[in-house]
Amino acid sequence: MNEPALSITNLTKTYASGTVALQGVSLTIPTGDFFALLGPNGAGKTTIIGITTGLVNKTTGEVKIFGDDITTSPEKAKTHIGLVGQEVNFNPFEKPFDIIVNQAGYYGIPRSIAIPRAEKLLKDLGLYEKRDQRAMTLSGGMKRRLMIARALVHEPKFLILDEPTAGVDVELRRSMWEYLKGLTAKGVTILLTTHYLEEAEQLCKHVAIINKGSIVASGTMTEILAMHDDGPRDGAYRAGKLEEVFIKLTQN
Amino acid sequence: MPLKSTWISFYTILRKDVMRIFRIWPQTFLPSIVTSVLYFLVFGTIIGSRLGDFNGVSYIHFIIPGLVLLAVVTNAFTNTASTFFQAKFFSRNIDEILVSPTPPWVIIGGFVAGGMVRGILVGLLVLTVSVFFALPPLMHPFVILLFLILSSMIFALAGLVNGIYAKSFDGITIIPTFVLTPLIYLGGVFYSVASLPDVFKAFTLVNPIFYLVNGFRYGFLGFSDVSLSLSIAVLLALTAVLVAINWYLLRTGLGLKQ
Repeated sequence: MNEPALSITNLTKTYASGTVALQGVSLTIPTGDFFALLGPNGAGKTTIIGITTGLVNKTTGEVKIFGDDITTSPEKAKTHIGLVGQEVNFNPFEKPFDIIVNQAGYYGIPRSIAIPRAEKLLKDLGLYEKRDQRAMTLSGGMKRRLMIARALVHEPKFLILDEPTAGVDVELRRSMWEYLKGLTAKGVTILLTTHYLEEAEQLCKHVAIINKGSIVASGTMTEILAMHDDGPRDGAYRAGKLEEVFIKLTQN
Repeated sequence: MPLKSTWISFYTILRKDVMRIFRIWPQTFLPSIVTSVLYFLVFGTIIGSRLGDFNGVSYIHFIIPGLVLLAVVTNAFTNTASTFFQAKFFSRNIDEILVSPTPPWVIIGGFVAGGMVRGILVGLLVLTVSVFFALPPLMHPFVILLFLILSSMIFALAGLVNGIYAKSFDGITIIPTFVLTPLIYLGGVFYSVASLPDVFKAFTLVNPIFYLVNGFRYGFLGFSDVSLSLSIAVLLALTAVLVAINWYLLRTGLGLKQ
């Protein structure tokens, strides 16, 4: 049986401060999908990602990655995931090459395999010339690309991107889109959170909208766009339509 | 995680830390050497020359094992505490390991091994420096090696607990200042416990440094305030407790995850 890339059932999270971040979220991402998880700031997107990647403890509920439970089989579940987090989180004193090769090491990949992979990723993402410079010297866009390279070095089946294009210029953003499209063509499942709704509309097959810790809409992009006041999508792409649906669903 | 992958993960954590230790050698190696030279000079040569023998050896010979151990434990502790805390608090690159399938016991092993490498290397450097002041005898080299390993491991484990649990920079400076330093100075580095009043002797017996210093001193000089087997038993028990605490913190995410 083909297990979904991500299966979340009745997930709740209450932080120690008392903040209720998730209120019974259920979500399924099919294998091979390009899935957008959208929501306003503080809606619970990053908490879902944190729990899915083992960086945040859940309160109740179940999270499975390709059938492996993140609580009972964390090591197995984590082998499937590559994470590009919202914040830049590598050691600024390290070199991009070392950051990528070390990441492969944490996944048990020997250096003899990790080094050529790192070199290819650095070339593919336009970072090869900077491979031996300290990461702190990279521009904002380069740091984002380094995080993508780091997340891909162990060749994950499921890539999670938490606002990967935040603060990235338009040209670079579009080149990142092309790169991500190439990954889905190779069978990698992608979960994307973004505030650029045009980005989600262009890239994603399925979408879920979360507001105040609850999923308020979920379905194919066509189904979500059909929730627009103009009625069902007529087939022609119209930028901004998703934004209007998003505002309608999250304004309360 | 398969055994080979586990080994690679462990090696990656250790390799990264050892390269960092050597890259910033003026911060990791030099301070303990300078401090030890001052101890040897002031306590060993200047003050020690006015003191009588301790159990048949000169005062500087008596304090050399303790001063080597002082360097080992402080460096092993500081290394794991600061490395883990900085990765957790400042750059948040500890997430690189936490999102990976590396199990908690491998994370513990990697960080502790890094702390042990620094502690043992600095200890050997201090021992080398001590030769310029007094040539210490090496009565039981295997005992010296055993206590070098035990002391660096215990304090690297303790440093890791500190690094995982600390919530602010103060959290990793308070413990070395207010806990580690008193334990070291009251653990028999500069004196024999036999010379203490009974009430202070009782306090000393619950100080792990006391067992480390005495075991280490036995390896050099052939005498100790406490039996070797008791020292080893106490230190192995302490190791087991610290491993369990670290494993619990990493498994539950206490101090690490929200």
